[in-house]
Amino acid sequence: MSLQPYASPIERIWFWVFRVFCGLILVFLMIPVLVIIPLSFSDSSFLTYPIQGFSLRWYEQIFSAGPWMDSLKNSLIVAPLATLLAMIFGTLAAVGLNRADFPGKGLILALLISPMVVPLVIVAVGMYFFFANLGLLNSYTGLVIAHAVLGVPFVVITVNATLQGFDYNQMRAGASLGASPLRVFFTVVLPQIIPGVASGGLFAFATSFDEVVVALFIASPTERTLPIQMFSGIRENISPAIAAMATILILMSVVLLLVMELLRRRSEKMRSHS
Amino acid sequence: MTSIAATQTAAGTQPVTGLKAQLRRAERLKKIKAMLLVAPLALFLIIAFVLPISSMLWRSIDNTEVSQVMPQTATLIQQWDGSGLPDEAVFAAFAAELRDSRSGGGLGRIGRRLNYEDPTFRSLLTRTLRGLPASTELSWTEELISIDPRWNDTATWQAIQRTAPLTTDRYLLASLDLERNAEGQIVKVAENQQLYIQVFKRTLIIAGGVTLICLFLGFPLAYLLATLPTSTSNLLLICVLLPFWTSLLVRTAAWIVLLQSGGLVNAGLMWTGLIDSPIQLVFNRIGVFFAMVHVLLPFMILPLYSVMKGVSPSYQRAAVSLGAHPFAAFWQVYVPQTLSGIAAGTILVFIMALGYYITPALVGGPSDQMVSYYVAYYTNTTNNWGMAAALGALLLIVTLLLYMVYHKLVNQKQLVRS
Repeated sequence: MSLQPYASPIERIWFWVFRVFCGLILVFLMIPVLVIIPLSFSDSSFLTYPIQGFSLRWYEQIFSAGPWMDSLKNSLIVAPLATLLAMIFGTLAAVGLNRADFPGKGLILALLISPMVVPLVIVAVGMYFFFANLGLLNSYTGLVIAHAVLGVPFVVITVNATLQGFDYNQMRAGASLGASPLRVFFTVVLPQIIPGVASGGLFAFATSFDEVVVALFIASPTERTLPIQMFSGIRENISPAIAAMATILILMSVVLLLVMELLRRRSEKMRSHS
Repeated sequence: MTSIAATQTAAGTQPVTGLKAQLRRAERLKKIKAMLLVAPLALFLIIAFVLPISSMLWRSIDNTEVSQVMPQTATLIQQWDGSGLPDEAVFAAFAAELRDSRSGGGLGRIGRRLNYEDPTFRSLLTRTLRGLPASTELSWTEELISIDPRWNDTATWQAIQRTAPLTTDRYLLASLDLERNAEGQIVKVAENQQLYIQVFKRTLIIAGGVTLICLFLGFPLAYLLATLPTSTSNLLLICVLLPFWTSLLVRTAAWIVLLQSGGLVNAGLMWTGLIDSPIQLVFNRIGVFFAMVHVLLPFMILPLYSVMKGVSPSYQRAAVSLGAHPFAAFWQVYVPQTLSGIAAGTILVFIMALGYYITPALVGGPSDQMVSYYVAYYTNTTNNWGMAAALGALLLIVTLLLYMVYHKLVNQKQLVRS
C-alpha cells in the first residue's frame, strides 16, 4: 500500500491516520516486552521508572542457588522430555493420517487436536483427580505426561502441513530398492519433514516451558517449574528478580523466533526443489 | 510396500479377479498400517486426556457418597413416599450404618454431602453419633428422636432421600442458579444466593469484549502487513511474533509494571495533564482487558494476515476505477473477501478467552474472575468437586460447540504458522 501522487488531501490524511494507528498498535504489542528489560538492571527493589542506578544484583539472585535455579532446572527436565514424547507420538500419527483414508479419520483428527482447545483449567482438574488415583500426582512423570498431551497437537498440525507436499512414490522407490520400512522412514521421509517436526517440537517446548495452570494443580513444591515460580513471584512480591528472569525468557523467545524463521525458510526451499 | 510389489509380480500370472482381490488386500493393509501409526497417540490421548476429563465430568452428576457409606438406608429410604416419617426399618438401618460410618472416613464423606442439603447436617450427625446407644429397648425411631428432635422432621429425612440415588442434577442446576424445591420442581435460587449466571455473563462479556477489541486492532494491522512490500512487512511481523513467543507470565508481569499507580502509563497520562493523580489501572477490569488483548491479539492478526495475503488488490482498484468511493470499495469489495479470516480469528480468540484463568487471577480484582477461576476455587479451596465439575462441564460444552463451528470454517493448518 502506498500513497498515489494523485491522492486527494482527504486520502492523504486518511492514509497517515491509518499509519499512525497501526504504529500505535505495534507499540502496544512491543512495549511490555521492551519495558521490562531495563528494570532488570535496576539497583532498586521496586519495579518502577526512572531507574536510579545500574546493578546486576537481580541476575546474581536468580543465578545463585535457590528457588529460581531449582525451578529452572525442573523446567529443563520436564520440557525436553515432554517435547520428545510429543514429537514421537505426533510425527507417527501425522504420517499415519496422511498415508491412507480409514474410517473415523475426521473424528480421530479432532481427538488429536482437542488438547489445544479444551480450557486448561478443565485439563488441570481432570488430571489432578486422575493422577491422584494413579499415584502420579506430585511426580515428574505426571508433569511430563501432562505437558506431552498439551504439546502433541502442535506437532500433529505442523508435520501434517509439511506432509501435504510429500510424494509417497519416494517411499515405494525406497522399498523397491530393498530398504526396510524403518530405513525408508529415517533416510527418505524424516529428512524431508524434519522442519515440520522441529517447529512442532519448538511449539511443544514453548508450551511446556510456559505452562502454569496444569502444573499448579499436579506439581508439588519439589517439581515446581519456572512458570509456577514466576506466577507466585508475581502474585506475592513482584521484585526485579522477576524482571531478570523475564529478560532471559525474552532472549529465549528471540532465539525461538529465529529458529522458527530458519525452519520456515528451509521448508520453503525444500518445497521449491520438489 | 512389499505387498504392492507382490501384487505387481503376481499380476502377470494371476487372472484378473485375483489381481483385484490382491489389490484390495494391499489397500486394506495400507489402511491398517496407517491406523497402527495413529494408534499410539490416540491411545495415549484417550488414557491421559479423555479419561481424566470424562471422569471429572462424571463428578458433576456423581451422588454416590450416601449410597456407598449407607447402602441399606439408601435403598430403603428411596421407597419412602416422602410424607410423615419413614418407617422403623429405615431408622434402624440408619442407626446401624451411622455407627459403622465412623471407621474409614465414611462419616466425613456423607457429612460433606448432606451439608450441601442443609449446612447444619454434619453437626447433627456427629451429635447423634455421640448419643447413639449400642442397642435399644425402645424403637430406633424413638431413640433417634430422643437424641435430637430434628429426626422428627420430615425435611431431615427428605434431605437424606435426595442424596440416596446414584446420580444428581443438583450441581448442574446450581451452576445455573437453579435448585429443586421440597416438591422436586426446578426453581430459581433466592436472589441473594445467585452467583453463577453472573459469572457466566461476566465471562461472556470479558471474552466478547476482548474479541471485539482484538478485531478492531487486528484488522487494520493485518491489512497494513498484507499490503506492505514483503521486506517491510516481515520486519513488522517480528513485532507481532516476538510477543506471541514471549512467556505469558512475562507479559502479565510487564503489564502490572506498566499499569501500576507509579507505572509508565500513569506517569504518561499525568505528564500530558489528562489526570492529576494516578488512576487505578490494574487489579481491575481495565488491567484484565489490557493484558488479555495483548496476549490474544496475535491470534487475531495471524489468521487475518494469511487470508489477506491471498486477496488480490486489483478487485478493489477495479471498483475504484468504476467510480466507487474508496471507502465503499474497501467495505463492499475487500472486507467480504476477508470474512473467512475474520471468522477464524474471532472464534479462535473468543474460545481462548473463555477459558482464561491466569491473567484475570494476576491482573484482575475479585469481580473480574471468570468461570475457570471458580472451577479451580472449588477444586482447591472448598473441595466441592461436584460444583467444580458442573461449572467445568458447562464451560467445556460452550467451548466445544464453538470449536466445531471453527472447525467447519477453517483448515487446521491455519492454526499454526509454519
